Amino acid sequence: MTAVNTITPSAADERKIQSVKRMKEIMTAYYIDAKTAAENNKKVAWITSGGPVEPLIAMDVIPVYPENHGAMIGAAKMGIDLCERSEQMGYARDLCSYARADIACATVDGGPIGGLPRPDFLVCCNNICGTVLKWYEVQARYFNVPLFIFDTPFIHTEFSIEAQKYVRRQFEEFFVFLEEQCGRRFDGDRFEETARLSYEALHLWQDILDTTTKRPSPMTAFDAFTHLALIVTLRGTRTAVDYYTQLREEMLGRVARGVAMVPREEHRLLWDNLPIWYRMRWLSETFASHNASLVADTYTSAWSGMGDHFDDKDLVGALASSYANIYINISIDRMFESLKKKIQKYEIDGLVMHSNRSCKPYSFGQYDLQRRVMDELGVPALVIEADMVDERAFSEAQVDTRIEAFVETLRQKRVS
Amino acid sequence: MRELEEFRRVARDPYTYAESLKKETGRPIIGSFCSYAPEEIVVAAGAVPFRIFGTRENITRADAHLQAYACSLARGSLEEALAGKLKFLDGTIFPHTCDTIQRLSDIWRLNAGIPLHWDVVLPVKLNTESARDYLAGVISKFRRDMETGLGVEIGEDALIEAVALFNRIRGNLNTLYEMRRKSPGLIDAGDLHAVVKSSMVMDRRDLAAKLEALVEALRRTEPRDVDGLHRLFLAGGVCSHPEIYSLLEESGGVTVWDDLCTGTRYFEGLIAESGDPVAAIADRYAIRAACPAKHASLVSRGDHLIRAVRESRARGVIFLFLKFCDPHAFDYPYLKSSLDEAGVPSMVLEVEEQLPPEGQLRTRLETFVSLL
Ligand code: SF4
Ligand code: SF4
Repeated sequence: MTAVNTITPSAADERKIQSVKRMKEIMTAYYIDAKTAAENNKKVAWITSGGPVEPLIAMDVIPVYPENHGAMIGAAKMGIDLCERSEQMGYARDLCSYARADIACATVDGGPIGGLPRPDFLVCCNNICGTVLKWYEVQARYFNVPLFIFDTPFIHTEFSIEAQKYVRRQFEEFFVFLEEQCGRRFDGDRFEETARLSYEALHLWQDILDTTTKRPSPMTAFDAFTHLALIVTLRGTRTAVDYYTQLREEMLGRVARGVAMVPREEHRLLWDNLPIWYRMRWLSETFASHNASLVADTYTSAWSGMGDHFDDKDLVGALASSYANIYINISIDRMFESLKKKIQKYEIDGLVMHSNRSCKPYSFGQYDLQRRVMDELGVPALVIEADMVDERAFSEAQVDTRIEAFVETLRQKRVS
Repeated sequence: MRELEEFRRVARDPYTYAESLKKETGRPIIGSFCSYAPEEIVVAAGAVPFRIFGTRENITRADAHLQAYACSLARGSLEEALAGKLKFLDGTIFPHTCDTIQRLSDIWRLNAGIPLHWDVVLPVKLNTESARDYLAGVISKFRRDMETGLGVEIGEDALIEAVALFNRIRGNLNTLYEMRRKSPGLIDAGDLHAVVKSSMVMDRRDLAAKLEALVEALRRTEPRDVDGLHRLFLAGGVCSHPEIYSLLEESGGVTVWDDLCTGTRYFEGLIAESGDPVAAIADRYAIRAACPAKHASLVSRGDHLIRAVRESRARGVIFLFLKFCDPHAFDYPYLKSSLDEAGVPSMVLEVEEQLPPEGQLRTRLETFVSLL
């Protein structure tokens, strides 16, 4: 039933993204560095995926991302085991599966890489959810290490003056916290350099995601999910900038040569919410078999969107806006505006929403968004129920049927 | 007892109460979701704060907006709004707490058909200087937004008066709780629940007087004999199932204190009556027992629980959680192990709109109580 069978090996080879190999090398080196940090007298901080990492890098602290680790656990299909373990520890099954997997993993050093290196301190930024606050509290107690909370007030109808001031002030507090943890003065110059590198990578990432405005699209959201790892873990470093420069070259080359990730791209789709890590391949093949290409998503662009706030004259202010205005920290009406722009920019035929039991702040409101996208933009929208890491919440048969019916709708719409 | 009648009536049917209050006085009724809604400002603006509790009926309309994995408080409240049962509300306040309320606020603003809407985007931490400044800033902002929304001016005197009024109310609720902690046979737990619930709904001036009258009446009351019952403590979120109290008694237990949103967390802590009232309101939020969606410190919730349990001389703790409530579910293993270390037995009850089937619940409670 998958289109893959019908394609000659050489065409499939050509479709492969060459840079993946380089990315894997970088990620391996990064995790080796992190896991041997103590031997090299380096500090390790655990930080949330949307957290302000630039000051850490400026202070030579190795940032480690439990969410990225959660994604790895999901992709390695090790989620159920760890989630069940956390349930035995008393954590309800309805909690975020990144958190559950990580909390359990810390106690057994399990998962695909034998657990994360022990943190010296934790940095939690709640611009993605309130879950991370609770999760990091749990880990701060477990490891008995300090926790820095970077609080980014949610933006319903406005990013108030009060909130702007508050976020800015926390940068100053963060610098002081780092001085205490590292036992030396905060390096302002290196911080600025890091911030610039960070924005450079964010802009490159946007360029890469934008190559999918072309028909046929040189990559899909599934590739974006994979290549996101570096913008999460290594933004602020030269490595990330170099890597994304290379990846952008490759993507532009593919555009020039007309290489399509989905061979007979017919339907261009937009994905909403986190990936379903343990079914990436299946989903990608299923969509491809229907000639549907997921050319964009709201998740990986949450990071590139941060690039819009760049201001070379006020880097702290720019970062404050970038971190507070992240996609999931804004109201559903603002989300709708953003969806609308994407639908126009990427010439989207249909929206696929992953209603993710794990991620309440991302998933609640989807029904309203779905309705508005259909009614106001005339774009069909599908909701599929799943979870990003906990496979128990996934029914392949059900999702398969839904996708098929959805593609049928798209087809009919095309004909009429 | 005559002094209890009105509380029972209001708790049973808060909507009818609010509707007639509005008709009689013409004052705006302002809905809110949690104990972090600055009710003092609402009262100073001449309006009546009204706590929304959700529904116990079947949820159908809310299904179009909220997935089944949202807590029953969010789903149930939305259901009530969409069913038109909250038409008497002039506006709603959404203090920022959990991820669910955060999104419910958007959905509510766009669908509930209630004219006014205020988001009070509180800080998530309460223990740093910048967070406290921000907190005070948010409350001043809310005061301004409320003035604009209702077209009134909230004078300094009105605010000072409202603060004093809430101190009276909270002080009396606290007294009631303390009286009952000393002598649990003085008033039924179900009645006390009705008193707290109506305190979140009634005209606050009227309420203050009625609470005082109740305290006086109870001073003259001979407590019922409950010596054979085990003293219990309730901890968790919202309790909208008062029938649990009688079930508990039938199982051999009696609640003597709680750490609930619909309990002590609503009234604990007084507001300083000197200095800037807005700053004083903010200070109370920063020092009172924190809800799990807020961060006061890594250990404050466990410490608070142990202290409160000790003071109450409770023999066991019953955790009462709404299913799908993240903040409480995250704290549970930690709180449970704090209790374990202190040698206090506990059990957990997870409820949705409905309590678990009565027979099953009774067996669980009886087993727990018999082991104390
Ligand atoms: S998946 Fe959602 S709930 Fe979980 S950590 Fe990420 S943003 Fe928070
Ligand atoms: S704190 Fe819990 S019960 Fe309250 S709204 Fe949030 S999820 Fe629901």
